[in-house]
Amino acid sequence: MMAQKYLRAIGVPLIAVVVFLLFWEWLVWVNGWPKFKMAAPSDLLPAYERHWNLFVSMGWQTLWRTVLGLVLAVIFGTLLGMIMGFSRIMRDALYPLLVGFNAIPKATVVPIVALMFVGQHDFNTVLLAFMISFFPIAVSVSIGLSTLEPEYRDILRSLGASQATIFWKIALPKTLPEFFGALKVAVTLAFIGTNLMEIVSPHGRGLGALFDSGRTNSDFPLMFAVLIALAFLGIVLYYIVVALEKIFAGWAERSPG
Amino acid sequence: MANLIEIKGVRHAYRTDAGPLPVLDGLEISVPEGGFVAVVGPSGCGKSTLTRLIAGLMKPDQGEVWLHGERVKGPRSTVGMAFQNPVLLEWRTILKNVLLPLEIVPTKLSRKEAEDRARFLLSLVGLEGFEDKRPSELSGGMRQRASLCRALIHQPDVLILDEPFGALDAFTREDLWQTMHKVKEREPFTGVLITHDLRESIFLADQVVVLSGRPARTQYVLDVPSTGPRTLDDLYTPAAAEQLNILRHQIQIAQGRAQSEDTAA
Repeated sequence: MMAQKYLRAIGVPLIAVVVFLLFWEWLVWVNGWPKFKMAAPSDLLPAYERHWNLFVSMGWQTLWRTVLGLVLAVIFGTLLGMIMGFSRIMRDALYPLLVGFNAIPKATVVPIVALMFVGQHDFNTVLLAFMISFFPIAVSVSIGLSTLEPEYRDILRSLGASQATIFWKIALPKTLPEFFGALKVAVTLAFIGTNLMEIVSPHGRGLGALFDSGRTNSDFPLMFAVLIALAFLGIVLYYIVVALEKIFAGWAERSPG
Repeated sequence: MANLIEIKGVRHAYRTDAGPLPVLDGLEISVPEGGFVAVVGPSGCGKSTLTRLIAGLMKPDQGEVWLHGERVKGPRSTVGMAFQNPVLLEWRTILKNVLLPLEIVPTKLSRKEAEDRARFLLSLVGLEGFEDKRPSELSGGMRQRASLCRALIHQPDVLILDEPFGALDAFTREDLWQTMHKVKEREPFTGVLITHDLRESIFLADQVVVLSGRPARTQYVLDVPSTGPRTLDDLYTPAAAEQLNILRHQIQIAQGRAQSEDTAA
């Protein structure tokens, strides 16, 4: 029973991946696309083989900068969300600013940031990952806090509890499901931020830069290999967040049916 | 006997954009120690404001609220509250939910004693065996029972119930009325019950206060004489029918749908 469950949990997604790769391979083969137009999955393995040391070092560059940007986004986003969640005035003041900031396509911010802090590639990349991913966190925390039913507050306040106690015992845990929902979105956004900067800035590092070097050499297999590596990193980070969510907000999950 | 709850000449208005909205205007309520008063009145007449005043969650514009011979100036740990929404914390087990007030209020109980007391209260309301369940696994009536236990865990001398049975179906509600009597017998408290249900008011309370429409003042007080333990059958006696009739008439006056005798004359 148990073995069957695990087999299904791993086997089904695995089969889906294999089917997808076969379809891709077939698509390239049936159209007869040459290597300088489109890469097939069978071209990727040689690309990894040839550049594996680059993939490891560049992948690490991308990963640590994304994670650092994300951590900063979580800290800043949570603080901002708390300020907006607890104060009506601050919410009215900051919301339009935030929405406006979020509406600006981050691709346009990349050259500005790259020019402002020219040469500071690590800093630029972390900054962009942070800028692109703090918004959903701030919004979710502020909504979670501002929609706390007054009775929850009253239960503790009537016993003489301080605002800080109410926050730690009720407001914070009650907001966790929304927070993790936003964090899942933020993870993928942070990757986009990191890669935008890595691709655009000259002499960049990370998987984005590797992608760019593939582009300048018309090395399609390399470019696709980078995309797959990025997807892999994204999946790993996403499931780390899912695991954290299970630990800290597993109570919010209803068993189906 | 000294009154445990004393509400004297309370007036209160909410500040709105359209100017002050008076909700309470000359409220007089006194509840003796161990007494149970039910407050009924038209919708939106300020009944919930009253509970917040007694709990010290807000201050009246005018008038005084006294508990135990002390003027209420802020929240006090000798109060227990239960609302229509049971507001249990989903991430805690039922037992941990019941224990919540003891994490705020200073207690002499050891951890073990506190847990034993929580288990005792849960068994009193019929939730034995549900201690380690999550609130989402319980029905509405069971959640309300758990919320009642949480309101009682720190042995408050005043229990404030703001329509706690309002969202329950009729049978569950009657079940909980009987549970309330059982609880009061074992865990005496002085109670204030806000309700829309006149049968509930005469079944549970020994004094029913009818509030007038907004702004609310004390319009009528009905004493419900008690002769021994009450059963649901008592609700179908001529005496109960008469009491319900009086209350129904008073509510109609409060809603402005009937004239009171003294103004009609």
